Parts: sequence; structure tokens; C-alpha cells
Amino acid sequence: MIGLSHYLTVAAILFTLGVLGIFINRKNVIVILMSVELILLAVNINFVAFSTHLNDITGQVFALFVLTVAAAEAAIGLAILVVFFRNRGSIAVEDVSVMKG
Amino acid sequence: MPTVQTVLPSLTPLLPELVLAVGVMVLILYGSFRGERSVEGVNVGALLLLLLALFLVMSQPAGTKVTTLSGAFVQDAFSKVMKSLVLLGSAATILLSRDYFQRAKIDRFEFPILIVLCTIGMMVMVSANDLIALYLGLELQSLAAYVIAAFHRDDLKSTEAGLKYFVLGALSSGMLLYGASLIYGFTGTVSFPGIVSALHEDAGFGIVLGIVFVAAGVSFKMSAVPFHMWTPDVYEGSPTPVTAFFASAPKMAAVAMTVRVFIGALPDVTAIWQQIFVFVAIASMTLGSFAAIGQRNIKRLLAYSSIGNIGYALIGLAAGSEEGIRGVVIYMIIYLAMTLGAFAILLSMRRRNEMFETIEDLSGLSRTHPWLAFCLAMMMFSLAGVPPLAGFFGKFYVFAAAIKAGLVTLAVIGVVTSVVGAYYYLRVVKIMYFDEAKAPYEAMAPGLRIVLFLSSVVVILFWLLPAPLVGAAGAAAKSLF
Repeated sequence: MIGLSHYLTVAAILFTLGVLGIFINRKNVIVILMSVELILLAVNINFVAFSTHLNDITGQVFALFVLTVAAAEAAIGLAILVVFFRNRGSIAVEDVSVMKG
Repeated sequence: MPTVQTVLPSLTPLLPELVLAVGVMVLILYGSFRGERSVEGVNVGALLLLLLALFLVMSQPAGTKVTTLSGAFVQDAFSKVMKSLVLLGSAATILLSRDYFQRAKIDRFEFPILIVLCTIGMMVMVSANDLIALYLGLELQSLAAYVIAAFHRDDLKSTEAGLKYFVLGALSSGMLLYGASLIYGFTGTVSFPGIVSALHEDAGFGIVLGIVFVAAGVSFKMSAVPFHMWTPDVYEGSPTPVTAFFASAPKMAAVAMTVRVFIGALPDVTAIWQQIFVFVAIASMTLGSFAAIGQRNIKRLLAYSSIGNIGYALIGLAAGSEEGIRGVVIYMIIYLAMTLGAFAILLSMRRRNEMFETIEDLSGLSRTHPWLAFCLAMMMFSLAGVPPLAGFFGKFYVFAAAIKAGLVTLAVIGVVTSVVGAYYYLRVVKIMYFDEAKAPYEAMAPGLRIVLFLSSVVVILFWLLPAPLVGAAGAAAKSLF
């Protein structure tokens, strides 16, 4: 029987993968955007799992809001990445380093 | 089956937000139809909208607590004060930005519109009474802020600042959300009063984890250590008026949001989050004062200074008492005035369309621009906490609250770090008054003059008439307990 704890574990693993993807990734900014999406989806699994477990609709409403905001966030992230690429000619993570200190 | 609500919720408490939202849509239409010729009109329109919203917020009743939208939105004395600060910060940004953007040739009508959108998000954050409203307000604020950080889109530094802000901001929103999902799961509700009644002293592991993640998320937004790493880069890279904005209005909103969540929703588990904020406050104050010592760029210096200042404000939150929150509100009022004043001076350092932003460029300012040097010296003395300037009182109220709450060590560390911090603030004064004079800068733009005059008045004359501000802060703190 698959219960609440299984869903929470999957979500926790996805969340950890997302955070690690942001910090360990040394290659490409697109991978960071994907990691951000992974984090938000992990949160959504949590919300929906809790929502069915508690028999309360609020969690699913929250998950829908998160999905909507995630779409807007991805759009803005890609737009900023495009203007950055125009100026720098690269989207490698190590090139995002004009300012340091 | 719950009954379907057929009556519209009362919209009066939302009036300032609605005015801004409708107004900004009109401005977007006007801007897109008139194109680049509309810049002047949109700027004036956005400024008037913000001032109208400020007037509406000020005229809201302060004594009562009104909730609307099924309890998701609350209007009380606290929201009144913090929203006024947010609106003042945004209005000042528009005044500060005009001249800079014209000279940098990036003077576009989208900027004031994004500022107003960001302001609506911040006002929702301040008034949020459940986790969904909090998240939506926060995202509206952040999404607009990512774009304005990268507003100078042909400039490598500005776009890099936007990208860094976006990546770390999105990560922090994710952590906040993960925490929110755990709190929802283990209490069964997203509304703050609901969470209060569902929580007991002996909260389980899930709640503790949720609180830790939420605390990490809000620390990012307030740029408190250990989640401050984006601050110096974003402050340096963004166009200076944008930096002034980031250092003022969103800080007010982030602190207000933190107070709402931790005092409004988690008052019975103070023991859990108090330690977190004691640590965050100590780390922010220490880093803010030591890391700033080696900085030459004034924007980076102000970034570290803002990290340190958030540390002092968090002392009041860590105290967790009504007095502590009053201290936080007073601190934020004074911090707003000091920051806007410092940025108005930074923005006036210009010769033939070239902006200067290192500390050496200030040398001998007292001979070329005595008034400007005097105002900046007052800001620096105030940031260092020299009486009788406003900054001293800000620190005094939070330290007093911390000692009353038994956090003597925290208050002592605060005093020590503010002495260390005084070193680099006073170094700026020394460079202005005792070093070789350089060529004079151009005359200040009218917008900069207004902002500098008002913030100098607050900083220098606060001790003459502290009662209205302290009284408003007291009422704000009282409405939360």
C-alpha cells in the first residue's frame, strides 16, 4: 500500500535533487532553470499528497497557484537569460561572474 | 457540502491595492499606445498613483482589524504603517530614477509600471493572512524585481545581476514553499489564525522542518546571513536607482512578511524560531560590519550595510515581544530614511554623464559640495548609531526590547558590531572632510533634492519629535498581539 509517507519521500528526494542541481551544477544556466522547476514540482507533490490525506481541497488550490506562478517564473527566467546571452555570448555558469567578492 | 458563498467579499480594505492594480493597467495601455513618447506621462502617472494609494492607506481606520477575501487578507495598524513605508520607498524610487535613466538612455515607460506592480505585490505580502496570499504577493514582488534588476538590458553587469537575483530568488521561493507545504500538511490549514489554533508547544518534527524552511526562504528575501550572498552582486550590478529600490521598499515588505508569519501564525512555538533568528541576527550583524570594511564601491558598501541593518532589525523579532516588534517597525522607518538619503547622494555623483561610485570619488566633498557632504555625514553618523541622530534611536529600541526579553548576549553582540561598523561609516566621513578635493559634480536633479531633503529631515530631526513615529509603531505592534 502506498501511503502519505511514500509521497513525502519522493517529494523530499526531488526537492533535494533540485537544490543540489542549483549548487553542484557547474555547466549550464538552463540546468538551473530545470532544477528550479524540479523544486516547485516537489512542492506540488507535497501539497497534493497532503490535500488527499487531509481530505481538504486547499492544498490542491495551492498547487494550481504554484503551477501558474511557476510558468510565469520560467518565462521571466528565460527572458533574463536571453538578454544575458546577448551581452555575454555564453550561458555557462562560470561565465556569470563579472562581479565577485 | 459547504455552502457556496454568493455575496462578494468586502473590497474596502483592499482599496489601495485595487486602485494601484487598475491604475497600472491604464498606464500599461497608455504606454503601449503612445510608445516611447509616453515615458514622462507614465512616470508622473505612476507617482500620482503611489501617492493616491499612500493617501488611501493613511486614511484607513487604524484601531480595528478587518479581514476580507475569506480571511486571506488582513488590514490593521501594522499593515497601515508598513504599507505606508513601502509606498514611500516606491515613490522615492520613481523620483530618484528619472534623471539617471534619461542620461543612461534607458528611459522607458516599463520601469514605473514594474515598480507599481512590485508595490502591489509588496502590499499583499504585508497584508497576507494565509500562506497562499503570502506566496502570491511574494511572487508578484519578486518577478517584477527580477526584471528591474536586469533593466539596463544592454549592460553586462545589469543582466548578470538580474540572472543571479532570479536564480537565487527562485530557489528561496522554492524553499519557502516547501516549508509552507509542510506547515499546511501538519496543521491542516493555510490560514494564519488556523495555524495558531492547530499548533501546540510540542510541535512535531514536520512542523519544525517547515518552520526552518520558511525561515530560510524569508531570510533570502530580507538578505540576512547565511542567505545574503546575492545581495552585494545584485546591488552592484543593477542600475543605481534600482539598487535604491531594492534596499528600501522590498526590505520593508520582507520584514513585514516575516513578522506576519512568525508573530501572526507561529506565536506559540516561539522557542523553535527564536533560536533561528538569534543566530541569523548575530551572523548578519557580524558579517555586515566586518565584510564592509574592505569595500571600495559605495553600492557594495551599502549592500553590506543593509545586511547588517537587517540583523539589528531581527533582534527585535527574536525578542518576540510587543516591544520587540515596535522596535522593528521604528528601525525600519529610520532605515528607510537613511538608505534613501544615502542613495540620493550617490546618484548625484556625476560629471558629464559619467557616474562615480567608489568611496575615493567622495574625497574632499566638503569643499566642493558642503551641504551634500553634511547630509551624507549625517546619514553615516546615523547608520553608525551616533546620538542624537535617528539611527541611534532605532538601535536603542531593539536593544532595549532584547534585554527585556532576556537576550542580553544578543544585545551586547549588537553593540560590539555597531562599534566595528562605525569604522567604515566614519571612514567615509573622514574621506569627505579631510582628503584632497576633486572636481565638483553637476547640480542635483530636482527629484534627488526632494528625496534627500525629506530623508535628512527625518534622520537629523527625529529626536525633536519622535512621538508620532514611535506612537504609530507602537500601535502597529499592538495590533499583532
